[in-house]
Order: sequence, then structure tokens, then C-alpha cells
Amino acid sequence: MRERWPLIVFAVLVAAIPFIPGVPPFWIVLLDNIGLSALVAMGLVLLTGVGGLTSFGQAAFVGFGAYTTAVLSAQYGVSPWLTLPLSLLVSGLAAVLLGLVTVRLSGHYLPLGTLAWGLGLYYLFSKLAFLGRNDGISGIPPLSIGSLKMLDPGTIYFAIWAAVLIAALLTMNLLDSRTGRAIRALRRGHIAAEAFGVYSPRAKLLVFIYAAVLAGLSGWLYAHFTRAVNPTPFGAQAGIEYLFVAVVGGAGYVWGGVLGAAIVVILKEVLQSYLPLLLHGEGQLETIVFGILLVTLLQLAPTGLWPWLTARLPFKPLAKKPDTSIALPARARSASAPSVLLQVDNARKQFGGVVAVNNVSFDVQAREIVALIGPNGAGKSTTFNLITGVLPPTSGNISVLGKAVGNAPPQDVVKLGISRTFQHVKLVPDMTVLENVAIGAHLRGHSNALSSMFRLDRGDEAKLLAEAARQIERVGLGDQMHQLAGSLSLGQQRIVEIARALCVDPMLLLLDEPAAGLRHMEKQRLGALLRDLRAGGMSVLLVEHDMGFVMDLADRIVVLDFGTKIAEGTPAAIKTNPEVIKAYLGATA
Amino acid sequence: MNTTILLFLLQDGITNGAIYALLGLALVLVFAVTRVILIPQGEFVTYGALTYASLAAGRMPGTAKLAVVMGLIAFAFDLYAMRKTLHVPKIARTFGLNMVFPVIVLLASLWAADQRMPAGVSLVLSLLIVASIGLSLYRIVFQPLAHTSVLVLLIASVGVHLALQGLGLLFFGAEGQRGPTLLTASATLGSLRFTGQGMAVYGITIAFIVGLWLFFGLTLYGKALRATAVNRLGARLVGIRTTLSGQIAFLLASTIGALSGILIVPITTLYYDTGFLIGLKGFIAAIIGGLISYPLTAVAALVVGIVEAFSSFYASNFKEVIVFTLLIPVLLLRSLAAPAVEEEKD
Repeated sequence: MRERWPLIVFAVLVAAIPFIPGVPPFWIVLLDNIGLSALVAMGLVLLTGVGGLTSFGQAAFVGFGAYTTAVLSAQYGVSPWLTLPLSLLVSGLAAVLLGLVTVRLSGHYLPLGTLAWGLGLYYLFSKLAFLGRNDGISGIPPLSIGSLKMLDPGTIYFAIWAAVLIAALLTMNLLDSRTGRAIRALRRGHIAAEAFGVYSPRAKLLVFIYAAVLAGLSGWLYAHFTRAVNPTPFGAQAGIEYLFVAVVGGAGYVWGGVLGAAIVVILKEVLQSYLPLLLHGEGQLETIVFGILLVTLLQLAPTGLWPWLTARLPFKPLAKKPDTSIALPARARSASAPSVLLQVDNARKQFGGVVAVNNVSFDVQAREIVALIGPNGAGKSTTFNLITGVLPPTSGNISVLGKAVGNAPPQDVVKLGISRTFQHVKLVPDMTVLENVAIGAHLRGHSNALSSMFRLDRGDEAKLLAEAARQIERVGLGDQMHQLAGSLSLGQQRIVEIARALCVDPMLLLLDEPAAGLRHMEKQRLGALLRDLRAGGMSVLLVEHDMGFVMDLADRIVVLDFGTKIAEGTPAAIKTNPEVIKAYLGATA
Repeated sequence: MNTTILLFLLQDGITNGAIYALLGLALVLVFAVTRVILIPQGEFVTYGALTYASLAAGRMPGTAKLAVVMGLIAFAFDLYAMRKTLHVPKIARTFGLNMVFPVIVLLASLWAADQRMPAGVSLVLSLLIVASIGLSLYRIVFQPLAHTSVLVLLIASVGVHLALQGLGLLFFGAEGQRGPTLLTASATLGSLRFTGQGMAVYGITIAFIVGLWLFFGLTLYGKALRATAVNRLGARLVGIRTTLSGQIAFLLASTIGALSGILIVPITTLYYDTGFLIGLKGFIAAIIGGLISYPLTAVAALVVGIVEAFSSFYASNFKEVIVFTLLIPVLLLRSLAAPAVEEEKD
């Protein structure tokens, strides 16, 4: 409950404002507009700031919400309270349709795509006869509870701000959950999250719909606030402005959306009322100043104002240590497990004419540490990607416990009990070590987005965090648990990746250069940890360049050179193998 | 529909499509080199067109003054950046580029507006004015942000669009303008009439496409630009000044934008905010081309122009809806064909 105090204080303040004597009614109108804009911006925070999907088209979803209720309540006399779910549904459905097309787009296609359909929908709103063309629809009834009609800005104020506060609460709950971590991992690329069972297209579609529903809610409120709708507020300009609101406030922060809305709405008002007096000019002076301010802000504070403000707060939010006594059920391991855990049989990978992995075969037995070594470009990381399903093999078979993996995606491979780390560390730098590691336990939790939003996931969540905390302590990073992953040294980040992989409760651990960047003592500790894991029944397949480390640790070594296996055997045999010496030293020594 | 209408619509579509192709090429160029998605490209179009129309009508365009003010700010930025190492030749260069050049252009336009010069002189002056604005724009807005993400650059680009559009209203007023044609000759072939202006549009578009192709394929600067596009850091390490690449890209884009505007302003009336829509259609072409491919962009632009011509004939109310939804199937195809490569972001 303690972390909710700021929200409660803010809610009380917001509720008190209309009762302060002497508050000009005009301020209340401004606050209404801030609330409406904040709702859309909050969706954008989740979509753009957190999920990394930039949308210029949110205004169109506001339009869906507003027009749905306008048509139904003004023309068919349906009660506004009945049109609320319908407005949200229509925005949500529109988001599903557009999202299926849009969210798979990468990088810059996405914002441009949203800009294009945003414009298309705006023109559609302004041309359709049943939406009143450019004139729009008027005579929308006000919201009413019993005999109380929310006719003036002062009464609908409560509806708007209740919506804002509830949306903020639900959004924060969502972000602080299993689904939330999956969403927060999206912005940093999909490979790491997918290696732990996150379906990133699904997660992207989820935030897309969530943002659209919030926009639809804003549209529904807007229609009953102004009691008339026309296409103008749902055009491209508005879509751009919503994004601006989110960026000004701080696109990565829920309250950044609210702060941004306050700044932009008030600034626009001030510019519109004072600039013409100041410059005696005609025309859109405020857009000129607006544009220039936007560029200046980006140059000075590209992450927005909210993080800038919170960094200056005298107190820091308390981090709670998870209770590590709660346990997750372990993976069922049959006592009579076959001795061959992983079988790579004639695996081949071609990129055009380049053969990266050339018919390589080897196996990993239960309770065994196998090292995959070879000079740079030998195909070691590609082999890892074949085993974990990141890349489909051109030909050949890979099977786990006798079951062929085929072309299974990474999300399915991890379910078989294979987890991995990456050669280039793939952590989310602005999440804590604990949150990063908890992504590893993604598949061992079951709560969905809805239950997270309403905090019905706490039991499940406590177990996931407990598991993450246990693995962090196991790898010896207990003191860094609440630090941001990006603030750790590269060596420590590699260890965090190992903890994350251990959260899967794997049977086989794939480590891609785990010792790179570690100091001598850290390497010794890593070696001890891996031996410990082997003793506990786990197998390890590792790629490593530190020969001392490998020779000391591995039971068996597989040597690749130019994609082809040139040797396999015990460390002692590999040390004296002439082929291996030739590959490494380039001479017939 | 009879053949005459069909041919007429095709011709109209190809003329517009050629303009979109020019804009699409400029957008691809700027994105490839600087990662900026150039929303204000549309403002270059209107600035070029309306500056040309104003000069031809004997009015002094406000854009010439804007060029001087922006040059001044760019010069101040340069001076501030060089405050530790005051290097005289460098200062002289930036002074010449950012101060002397726009001031000379301003004086020339003052003189030309008085004299009622032929269309060719107005054309050259308009191009110089907008080119100067484009150059300063890169220095003031985008060079300081060169290291940031595509998203930040995109939003900055939107900010520039808003500011420039507002300034456009200030300079040219809310009324539309038309400019004099460049070529008055015309020829008829069957039922089709080929105007000199239309021929100028085709000729200049083709010349630019070939020119850009030669520039990137054969010249050292062109290759340097391509290198910057592929890998900024790598380009710097081999001694390419990425700032220079950015300047060249913006110079080319603003010139191309202004030229497109000058080409269409004799055909259609342009308003201070028309450029945005025209630029967006260039965008659709550029997106279809994947923001990478010049030939694909040019072909896509022609398709956009033709679709627009036909939909304005059959369903003029839904012209814009049709043109913008054209993008959806393209995006769908692009997403199905999207490679599963990991992008390193931020």
C-alpha cells in the first residue's frame, strides 16, 4: 500500500480543486482538456515510450470512440453509459485490425504507417454521410447519473479525472507485472525476450490495443464534454500533438503523460492568448513558437521532463526485497532420463553462398559440460542460434531428449528446457537486475494482462520474483539486485544473463562467451558455479575463447573451423590434436 | 469510360507522379544519410513554389529574410561549437556559407522583385533561397541531434514542420497563388495535349533521377554519402565528415523540394499548407521503396499519381482516403516479407 500514497495524495488534490473558492471556471475547462489529452498520452507512453512503437495515429482512435457514442446517443438515443463499452470496443476492434498490419512493421515504417492510416481515417470521418461529413454530429446528450446532468465543465471534470486516475493506476499495475516486463523488453529488440517464451507480436498487439482503448475512452468523454463532434480534432495534426505531449512529459513514464498534457495544454492556451497581443501579427504564430519549443526541448532534454523532475526529488522510492521462501514448482524430470540430452545431427546453415555451419554433428549428455571452441567466424554462435530456434537450419536435425526440434520458434525451444545467454549482452538497461532476471521465469508464471491490471496476479508475481531473487543470489549478485542493469559492468551483465537463463529451470544451459570481460576471481567463481550446476543435474554447452577456463572446466570439447567440425574429445586430447593447432596457429606446427 | 478520358487521366497521373517521385527520392536520400524522416519536405515545396510566384509577381518573399535569419543562427551555432579552437579558415567558410550567401541572395531578390525579371531568374533565386534555408535547418536542428534515435529525429522533424508551416502563413498569407509557366510551347498528339510545363516536369524528373544515380555511383561525395548511410561511425573512422554528408543531403532535398513546387505552381494553385499533403504522397512512394531504393520509389510514385488521378475522377470525395489506404496493402506485404533480423535500437 505504501507505494500508492503519492497517487492517493494526487487524487485528493485533484478532487479538491473545484471546491477551492475563487478558482476561475476557465481553469476547470483547461483541466478537463488536460485530462482528456493525458488519457491518450498515457496510452502512448505504454505504446511508444515503453513498448517502442511510435504512433502518429492515436487521434483516429479518439475519433472512433467519439463518433461511436455520437452516432448512438445523438441519433438513436442510446444512453451514454451503454455506449461507453461500445466506444471502447470499436476503438479496440479498429486497433486489432490496424494493429495486425502495423505492429509487425519494424523501425521507421511503423510511425510512417500510423501517419498514413491516421490521415486516411481522418478523411474518411470527414466524408461519410452518417458521420455528418465535415459538419460532424451535434446534439450529443450529456452524461448523467440519476437527475445529475454533467452539463458544465465543473461536473464532467470528475468523470474525466476519475478516468485519468483509474487509467494511471491500471497502467502502472500492468507495467509492474509479468506481462509488463515482456512489454518493457520489446523496445530493446525481440530476440532476448523470445528466447524466454515471450511472443513479441502478441505483446505488441496488446499494447497497441491498450493504447487505442485509452484513446477511445478519451474520445467518449470528449464527445459528452463538448456535446458535438467534427473531424478536425481527429486529424494528423492532433495525432502529432498527442505524441508531442508524451515526449514533452517523458515518454517512458505514466505520469509523464499527465505532466506533458498539462504543459502542452497550458502552453498552447498562453501562446494563443498572449502572442497576438505581443507581436500584433496574424496567422498561426503559436504553431511557430510551438514547433521551435519542441525542437529546443528535444535538444536539451530528449527524455522529457518527468525523469528530469524525479531525479531532483529528495527521496527515492523504496525497493522491496522479494521473499525468497516462496518456491515455483520445478520442471518434471524423469528419473530414467535418456543420457543424450541434445543431439545435433548434420546441422547445416547457409546464408546465400556462405556456409556458416557445415553439416556439424555432436551431442550433449546429461550432467556434462561441453565446450564449443574455434577461431572467430567458425560458426559457434550460429550453431547456438540453430539450436535455440532463432535461425531455422538449412538442413539437418536437432533433437532434444529424442524429440526433433524441427523449425520450432525460440518460444517453443525454451519450453523443452533449453535456455541461453547471448554473446552481445541483451538486457533491458533501464530495468533493474531483478526485473531483467524475472523475464527468465516468464513461462513459469500464468497471469495475463487483465489480472495484472487489477492486481489479481500478486501470488503468481511473488513466486516469479522470489525465483529471480534466488537465482541472482546464486550467481552472487545479491547486492546489485535493485540496480539498473545498464549500470553494471559488462562482466556482471553477463552473469545477470546467466541468472536469467537459470530462471527457466533448464536442463541444458547454453552460454555464449560467459567469461569474456570477467576478472580472474570472477572467472573462478563462474567455473565453480557451473560445476555446481552440473552436480545438480544440469548440462552446459558453452562457447568460450579463454582456453585455460575451457580446458579446466569442460568434460568434452567440440572444435569448429570455418563451419566444419574438425575435432572432438577430452581437453587433453584436443590440446595435442594437430588439426586444432593448425586451425588456431595457422601453421603446420 | 472512353480512351480520351483514360489517356487524360493517365497523363495527369504521370505528371503528378513525377513530382511525387522527385520528392520521394529526396526523402529517401535524407533518410539514408541522416536517418531523419523529413516531414518538412512539404514546406520546401510550398516555399519554393510561393517564393517563385511572389518573385514573378514582383513581391519580395519573406523566405529570403528567413534564410538570412537562419543563416545567422547557424553561424552562431558554428561559432559556439568552435569556441575552443578558433580556426580562421573554418570561420571564414561558415561565415561565407551562412552569412554572405543568404545576404547576397536577399539583395538579389530585392533587386529582382523590383525589376520583374524573366521566370528563369525567379526560378534560380527561389532555389537558392530554399537551399539556403535547408542548409541552415540541418545545422540548427538536426546536426545537434545527429546521435539520437530515429524517433527523436522524427519528432524534431514534426516540430520543424509546424514552425515552417506557421511561418509560411505569415509570409504568403492564407490565399493561394499561381506562378507563370516555365515553357509556354505545347503540342498535340491525337486527342492528348502536351503542354510545355508538363514536358518540363518529365524532363526535369528524369534528369534528376539520372543525375542522382550518377552522383551516387560515380563521384567521391556520392560514395561518401552512401558510406555515411550504411554506417555513420565507420564513415567517420575513414575520414568522411558526416556533418558534410548531412549538409549535402539537406541541400539536395531542399533544392529538389523547391524545384517540385516551382514545377507544379503553374499547374495548380498552391496554399501555404498544400505542401504537407504533397510531401506525404511522396512519402507513400518512399515507403513503398522501403526508404532505400531509388528506382522502386520512382515507380511507386507514378503508381500513386495514377491511382490519385483515377480516384479523383471516380470517387473524388474519397480521393485522399484511397491514396492513403494504398499504403496498407504495401505495409502488409512489407511486413510479410520483413526479415527476422534484430535491430539494435537507441
